[in-house]
Amino acid sequence: MMVENLSPPLLEARQVAKHFGGVKALRDVSLSIRQGEVYGLIGPNGAGKTTLFNCLTGLYVPDGGSFIFAGSPLAADAPHEAAARGIARTFQNIRLFGNMTALENVMVGRHLRTRAGVFGAIFRDPKTRAEEAAIQRRAEELLHYVGIADRAWDLANNLSYGDQRRLEIARALATEPKLLCLDEPAAGMNATETAELRRLIEGIRQDGTTVLLIEHDVKLVMGLCDRVAVLDYGEKICEDVPAAVQRDQRVIEAYLGGGHLA
Amino acid sequence: MKWMNSRSAAGIALVAVALVALPFVAAMGGQAWVRIVDFAILYVFLALGLNIVVGLAGLLDLGYVAFYAVGAYVYALLASPHFGLHLPFWAIVPMGAATACVFGVLLGTPTLKLRGDYLAIVTLGFGEIIRIFLNNLNAPVNITNGAQGITLIDPVAIGGFKFSGTTQILGISLSGPQKYYFLLVALAIVVILINLRLQHSRIGRAWQAIREDEVAAKAIGINTRNIKLLAFAMGASFGGVAGGIFSAMQGFVSPESFSLVESISILSMVVLGGMGHIPGVILGAVLLTVLPELLRYGVGPVQQALFGKVLVDPESLRMLIFGLALVLVMRWRPAGLWPSSERRRELAEKT
Amino acid sequence: METFLQQIINGLVQGSIYALVALGYTMVYGIMGLINFAHGEVVMIGTLVAITVIGGLMAAGVPAVVAGGTGVLAAVVVCMAIGWWLERVAYRPLRHAPRLTPLITAIGMSIVLQNVAMIVWGRNYRTFPSLIRSESFEVAGASFTTVQVMIVSVSTLMMAGLLLLIYRTKLGMAMRATAQNPQVASLMGVNIDRVIAAAFVVGSALGAVAGVMVGSYYEIAHYQMGSMLGLKAFTAAVLGGIGNIAGAVAGGVLLGIIEALGAGYIGDLTHGFLGSHYQDIFAFIVLIGVLMFRPSGLFGEKTGDRA
Repeated sequence: MMVENLSPPLLEARQVAKHFGGVKALRDVSLSIRQGEVYGLIGPNGAGKTTLFNCLTGLYVPDGGSFIFAGSPLAADAPHEAAARGIARTFQNIRLFGNMTALENVMVGRHLRTRAGVFGAIFRDPKTRAEEAAIQRRAEELLHYVGIADRAWDLANNLSYGDQRRLEIARALATEPKLLCLDEPAAGMNATETAELRRLIEGIRQDGTTVLLIEHDVKLVMGLCDRVAVLDYGEKICEDVPAAVQRDQRVIEAYLGGGHLA
Repeated sequence: MKWMNSRSAAGIALVAVALVALPFVAAMGGQAWVRIVDFAILYVFLALGLNIVVGLAGLLDLGYVAFYAVGAYVYALLASPHFGLHLPFWAIVPMGAATACVFGVLLGTPTLKLRGDYLAIVTLGFGEIIRIFLNNLNAPVNITNGAQGITLIDPVAIGGFKFSGTTQILGISLSGPQKYYFLLVALAIVVILINLRLQHSRIGRAWQAIREDEVAAKAIGINTRNIKLLAFAMGASFGGVAGGIFSAMQGFVSPESFSLVESISILSMVVLGGMGHIPGVILGAVLLTVLPELLRYGVGPVQQALFGKVLVDPESLRMLIFGLALVLVMRWRPAGLWPSSERRRELAEKT
Repeated sequence: METFLQQIINGLVQGSIYALVALGYTMVYGIMGLINFAHGEVVMIGTLVAITVIGGLMAAGVPAVVAGGTGVLAAVVVCMAIGWWLERVAYRPLRHAPRLTPLITAIGMSIVLQNVAMIVWGRNYRTFPSLIRSESFEVAGASFTTVQVMIVSVSTLMMAGLLLLIYRTKLGMAMRATAQNPQVASLMGVNIDRVIAAAFVVGSALGAVAGVMVGSYYEIAHYQMGSMLGLKAFTAAVLGGIGNIAGAVAGGVLLGIIEALGAGYIGDLTHGFLGSHYQDIFAFIVLIGVLMFRPSGLFGEKTGDRA
């Protein structure tokens, strides 16, 4: 499963910096994610992992540096454009559209890749109807893909925690991403659910989508990722294959007290 | 399934019969009651327009009446002796809708990035600005005729058929308000259909997504600014159409009809009935139009019967009861009188 | 230049009234995120209570100073009671309801209060009894009256008192803590219910004083006077950054001055096309303008989207 070192970078972060008041959340972080790999981003709480996600997906404007995605720079402060370019994400604290059904949540995810406007909606011309049917079909497929097809008609609010995480992944996949960014997808999951999640992510990779993964579950990260970067106090202190990261002295120091690698 | 279909067909037939009978039943209480029913339907129209903005897209608009006013004045100016223009109904109403839409975009463009409550106060301010202009644009050039308003506005006429005055159709005598009733019902059905279709469409889902979680909506690639603007423009256009009809029906407009209280009443209809749920919004609009009228006619006589004289000014007692009703409904049914089944389930689970 | 100075003075007086009312909005909003639409009506009731009490006492031959003091006290007490009652009856049961629900309740309460006032005081304008012989002073061509001086100094005192309350007392600390994070505050032993009730009561007391000032300034009062005043004051609070005490004061004074200057100069600026009856639009135009460039108001904290 090892990815060739020669494959071109899909995403390059170049000295990305972000500070909040006096706190430096990201200090000139550079990293490069190759096409087709699962790239892990780990680090103690508050190390800046989610901040990096937010900069990448346009929710925060970086104070310095830039992202190069699929060969051209990403516009800062334009979340919908980042999504249009092919970057989809999930959220650490799960942000679903609570009062919409699971199916509708995924259907909204198709927004970017479909066209119908107000006139189509009102007059329901054949083209709009065909598109609407395709949206629903694709959404059903994706629910099936992440394994919650039977919950399609439930409100997102009423799903179990694990199912909500999967639904968020399905919604992200609906945007047809080149890069899928998962922010602690295994948080709060039990061992069985985590194992299923792992299979799901492996499947996503096999289907050709590159995955950027923030995760605290070290077993999951080490077993799943091709390469791992470690952030500590907003700085990248290590980037390597999992086995090497685990032996790295700085990483072990960073985690002492955090106890994550224990 | 077949049983379901025949049942719903029977339901639709029943509603249709009731809708046809209503203006004749109301007329037994006098033409004033037919006019009240007409207004109830006009408010259904307005409330459903606002429902797109508030209920679907979750944008708190406290100045909706501004668009209603724009539509009303466009009609009044283009079909009255004020400028000596008498353009036909079918030509002006789209113009009113378009003008209101332009105003919606003008207001929305700079303000839609604001947080909910800030947006509320800005829209409220916009409503007041429009009203103040309508009140004062009579000098130095007389455009709106100021506080006196514009009178002798042409009634709706389609082809040679006039909606004012009594006409005999198939041996049945139809009064002006009764004719307007059927026009309004037809328009209301159209707006209900549009609402329903929008709700279950790509755009409608995007609106709801923004209402539920704007950050997540952005993250999946929804251009929230444009989509919100679209909701605003749509709502404004509906307001504009309703204004045009109001103008024609009344034959008279003045800035007084477009006060903040009016905006608030329309918003109350949406929220009281059940935000985002079309049957709820219709119920809210009907109740809040008819209830104050019932109180208007009921409060005086009831006092007379109970105490032998009118103790409290009926007008203020009527509004007092109206205000209390708003408070009580919100206290006991915070999601509105008739929320969507999903909302109801969710609230039930919380408590 | 004379007009300019004169309008600044007028604006300052009007602005300090706005500021006092705005404080009531901003305190409640800062603590519980609610627009208490009924606050303008509380102010109106304060004015009318003061008129009745002062008028009654003066008719009974009580000296003006005593009558005035009693009137203000009565207005404050009545308004505090209404504020407390509003929170207890209307808003407290809705603390976890959907966001628009308390807003509609607030609107309903505003209608209720207005019509109760109409039933009690009638439809007609009431005249505010003149308590002191107002004298005019003149400085550099601009004139001002004793009443104006009193309005500005009383509001300054009230605001200073509020600041002391918020930054120097235990209740104030509890208020600030609740505004920051109600859950944490309640874990720290803050009685949230009491803090919220206190915000309503204190805000209403300030509103009552503002009501008396409006009455004595314009010398008339009416059951509908609360709506526009409340609207302007709320605009002032938003202008300054709602939830921010200093912002409400600054927003109020600024709004008063802008309105006065606008009314004084709009005729010249538009070559007579728009006259001073457009005064009311300035508040809203300035508001829209400010929010376009500073979406959280002049002194509001920037609130970014949190992911």
